[in-house]
Amino acid sequence: MRGRLWHLALYIFVLGFILNLLGIVTHVTMSAFAKRWFGTPLPPQFTTDWFVYAWNNFDLDRVLTVTVTVALAVVALALAIAYPAAYILARRNFRGKALLLLLYFLPLVIPQMTYGISLATTLYGWPIGGTIVAVILANLVPMVPLAIFVLIPFFEQVSPNLEWGAQTLGASRAQIFRRILLPLTIPGLLTAGVLILVNTVSNFELTFLVSGSGSQTLVVALFYNVFAGGVRPVYSVDAMALMYMTTVLVLLLIALRFVRPTQMVFRLDRA
Amino acid sequence: MRGLRRGEPRELDLMAVACLAPSVLYVVLMFVYPFLRGIYLSLRPGKEPVGLSLANYVAFFSDEWQYGTIWITFSLAVPTTIVVVATALFLAYGMRRGIRMERTITTILVLPVSLGVILLSIGIQGFYGTRGWFNQLLVGSGLISEPLRLTNNHTGVMLSLFMQQFPFCFLMLLGYISGIDPTLEKSARTLGAGSWTVFRRVMFPLIAPGLAIAFALVFVMSFAVFPSAILLGQPAGSTRTIAIAAYHQAFEHYDMSYASAIAVIMGLCQLAGLVLIVLVRQRMVLAPTMGVGKR
Repeated sequence: MRGRLWHLALYIFVLGFILNLLGIVTHVTMSAFAKRWFGTPLPPQFTTDWFVYAWNNFDLDRVLTVTVTVALAVVALALAIAYPAAYILARRNFRGKALLLLLYFLPLVIPQMTYGISLATTLYGWPIGGTIVAVILANLVPMVPLAIFVLIPFFEQVSPNLEWGAQTLGASRAQIFRRILLPLTIPGLLTAGVLILVNTVSNFELTFLVSGSGSQTLVVALFYNVFAGGVRPVYSVDAMALMYMTTVLVLLLIALRFVRPTQMVFRLDRA
Repeated sequence: MRGLRRGEPRELDLMAVACLAPSVLYVVLMFVYPFLRGIYLSLRPGKEPVGLSLANYVAFFSDEWQYGTIWITFSLAVPTTIVVVATALFLAYGMRRGIRMERTITTILVLPVSLGVILLSIGIQGFYGTRGWFNQLLVGSGLISEPLRLTNNHTGVMLSLFMQQFPFCFLMLLGYISGIDPTLEKSARTLGAGSWTVFRRVMFPLIAPGLAIAFALVFVMSFAVFPSAILLGQPAGSTRTIAIAAYHQAFEHYDMSYASAIAVIMGLCQLAGLVLIVLVRQRMVLAPTMGVGKR
């Protein structure tokens, strides 16, 4: 009997959480299509004008270009920097390894607001301050370690015997990399890649701190428009929020083909 | 490729160093260096600093508008952390044997994290606002006569923090709890222990270390609360958190030295929270018995 009650409570909580989430998401969606909406259960009239308004007034073509550029650059650079490091960390045991892992770990557990201000100060001291390059460099700080931790288990799954065998048969290091390691770790690259993609598009704090007026990503531009509250019609901001949400949900759907949902949240139990 | 086999620590050869170098250099240049530079900068106040001085820290702790942010931030972060960890423990413990539709449920839980804090804040502002659906429902059903004020105050910020931190904490605890050897629980039951005794005497001591980690991480993350404190709170009043104070100094007063000092104080507060949790954890005697189990 107690077990039953317990399970019931569990499902009620999950249901409540789902309803609350659904309410939040639907409310934004509804408001984006509302002509006017003021304290009634549903808006009296629907329109798609706010999307046109948002597109024309919020400089969305440039914002989207920046977002895509930043996201793709961060994915490519993070994978390129992390890939060789993850290989060594998976294969070798060396003095100071624990310390090195701790170093990679810190940018992931220290909140971005805590180190973001000094990072922004440093970046503004360089000629690239406030540019799209600064945004990419800043986002790489947590994403390189993330890529390393995601890639390590994929390298561990590749048996070293394959590399030995290839070497015995006369393969060079470049050949071993191109013909054995790379093909066998493609799933790892995909997993890490989609995780970085979703995280970069929805990452707010660091991008907010280091970006200038011409290098805002979608989520940062969205924040500024909400913050300017009153100046912009709330429906147009919701229209922009809906565009952002659609982007993230599409990316998430793609991501979930490659990763387990639990991987979307950084896990510590294996570190 | 002599070094392929795992074993005794050994020196790294040139190739290994070359492989590690880019990422190490990156983290040092873009994370460690700015961090240390921030600490140094915080000790050199004024336009033309001479030597090192604690003037910024003195200024912070003698201005109530500034040092009050520490209390405000704690009053947001601590209750949120307790609620998040308690709820997550309750749920994860109930699901330790696996439940129906686990993948669907975890996907839904992960959704708010992926959507990001800005969208959540916008949605909460609409849904839980005085004219939102939540209040319409409560007023319409006659439960209350006046709409509840759930946004633009502490409650709004905590709602958003909860939705951000809960999935993370839940999934961590679920992984931890489902990794505990189920035979321990079975043995306890065979010996006649009831559900509560099993939890209190067998499971809780085993979960405690994981719980401490979860508590620490949720607290540290909540203590840095920034965008939701602006969008769902009163950033110039009751929810002016320490992150907002640091941001103000940096980007509105352009006083990077003072801003760095506030960022350092924020880091120290988080560290203080961590140390406290580690101390509590050490008082709880435990021997991790992670073994077989789900996953």
